[in-house]
Amino acid sequence: MVSVARSVPIRARSLRVPDWLLPWASVAAVLVLFDVLPRIGVLPRDHFPPISETLSTLAEQLGEASFWEAVGNTLQGWALGLGIAAALAIPIGIVIGSSRLLYRAMRGVIEFLRPIPSVALIPLAILIYGTGLQSKVFLAAFASFWQLLVATLYGVQDVDPVATDTARSFGFSRVQRLFRVTLPSAIPYIATGLRIASAVSLILTVTAELVIGSAGLGRSINIARSGGNEELMYALIITTGVLGVLLNGIFVLAERRVLRWHPSQRSGEAGA
Amino acid sequence: MTTRRQRLLAAGLEVTVPVLLLVIWGLYSSSGSENSYYFPPLTDILSTFADTWLFERVGSDMVPSLVRMGLGFGIAVVVAISAGLLLGLSAQARRAAAPIVEFLRAIPPPALLPFAILVIGVGNSMKVFIIAFVCIWPILLNTIDGVTGVDPTLRETTRVYGVTPRDRLWRVMLPAASPQIFAGMRTSLSLALILMVISEMVASTNGIGYFVLQSQRTFAIPEMWSGILLLGILGYTLNGVFVLIERRVLRWHRGARASALG
Repeated sequence: MVSVARSVPIRARSLRVPDWLLPWASVAAVLVLFDVLPRIGVLPRDHFPPISETLSTLAEQLGEASFWEAVGNTLQGWALGLGIAAALAIPIGIVIGSSRLLYRAMRGVIEFLRPIPSVALIPLAILIYGTGLQSKVFLAAFASFWQLLVATLYGVQDVDPVATDTARSFGFSRVQRLFRVTLPSAIPYIATGLRIASAVSLILTVTAELVIGSAGLGRSINIARSGGNEELMYALIITTGVLGVLLNGIFVLAERRVLRWHPSQRSGEAGA
Repeated sequence: MTTRRQRLLAAGLEVTVPVLLLVIWGLYSSSGSENSYYFPPLTDILSTFADTWLFERVGSDMVPSLVRMGLGFGIAVVVAISAGLLLGLSAQARRAAAPIVEFLRAIPPPALLPFAILVIGVGNSMKVFIIAFVCIWPILLNTIDGVTGVDPTLRETTRVYGVTPRDRLWRVMLPAASPQIFAGMRTSLSLALILMVISEMVASTNGIGYFVLQSQRTFAIPEMWSGILLLGILGYTLNGVFVLIERRVLRWHRGARASALG
């Protein structure tokens, strides 16, 4: 980096905006653009309300009980879906991953079921579970299950064979090997799997609310659109985005804390 | 000797277990348990599948679906790779774009459907737009990672030897980033299928997603299952075809890596 900057010093310095300012500047530019363009009529105002109006609607919503209820409903679907998926996928992945025979036996089934788009099961979920929370949780759990299962399988199979053999020759039992060798080395994979599964669970929860009509942000967005309340619609879409960023951030932080000992995190911190 | 026997056993299991599961499903579903209305016999599903999708509804539902998906995915590939190359080459642009990309990417894609319906309407272009919009992010991020990850020695060598910027882009950057770009495209392909289904369920008058939901609403259960089966087959086939293409296009890459490691 340094050497590149030095090789073209004059041009680079004249254009230089301080690095920390760049992200803020671009966010500000986008906000101003989406506030001004609708006002001067470049963007149709009935489809794109000025962003300041959207944001003030969002601020009003923060004081409304119905808004928090929708957020709560969405989070409930997300958490239950992810929780059920984790409770099933991690143990199953560890069992299948620790046995070569079992893995070969199940590989075909997993490879066939995994690419099936989970949204294809929406009609089935409506039939069996109705239009409430259960449908939402079923879809979210089904979709996140495969993400987590595959991540766990990779993790368990990527254990250093020397470590396993060493533990074995030192007389560690199967259970001890599982908790002292296999699991610690699989945990980074499982952590990444959890982060991706969390995003998938949120997506499927919102999908279910939108398509099936279970209570939550997805349904509220749809109602706001059909009611012609564009500001509210955009405010709620922004809310789902903020939710996505927050949940992802929590998982990244947790990963960093739990895996402080792991090389990937250590080097990551040193680099940042 | 045991290893050979184990290998044979493993190969045998790999074939028999899926077949066995199918047989169990077939037997269970035809045994007439209390759920049998929602879980019709496998044979019924298969015969409905043959009636519906070979090839009566291929033109009316399957082709429109695949066209939407292909267009959306294609647009996403072109836009995301070009934008990814630009952002990958300039650290400043990358920093400036980061918060916007991170935010747009974090919005659960279906939440954008009402927005797309409002702004574009319920026609084909809305579906193509939503598919393209969602497919952009994995490809974009992977392209950026691929370009920034290009070996600095390679980068500087080509510069020192006076390779023109155009050749550097086409012959060095793009090929070096292509394994990552392909990884992003594979993620996006499954997203494209998912968004195709959702967008057709929410607002459409044809397409596979529309067909499946409509069958459920009219309690045409075997038809609904045939649609689910078709989506499963489509997901599996698309993924398989993509892996084949990826292997062909990236053959040089695996060869190069193998020789570097060996």
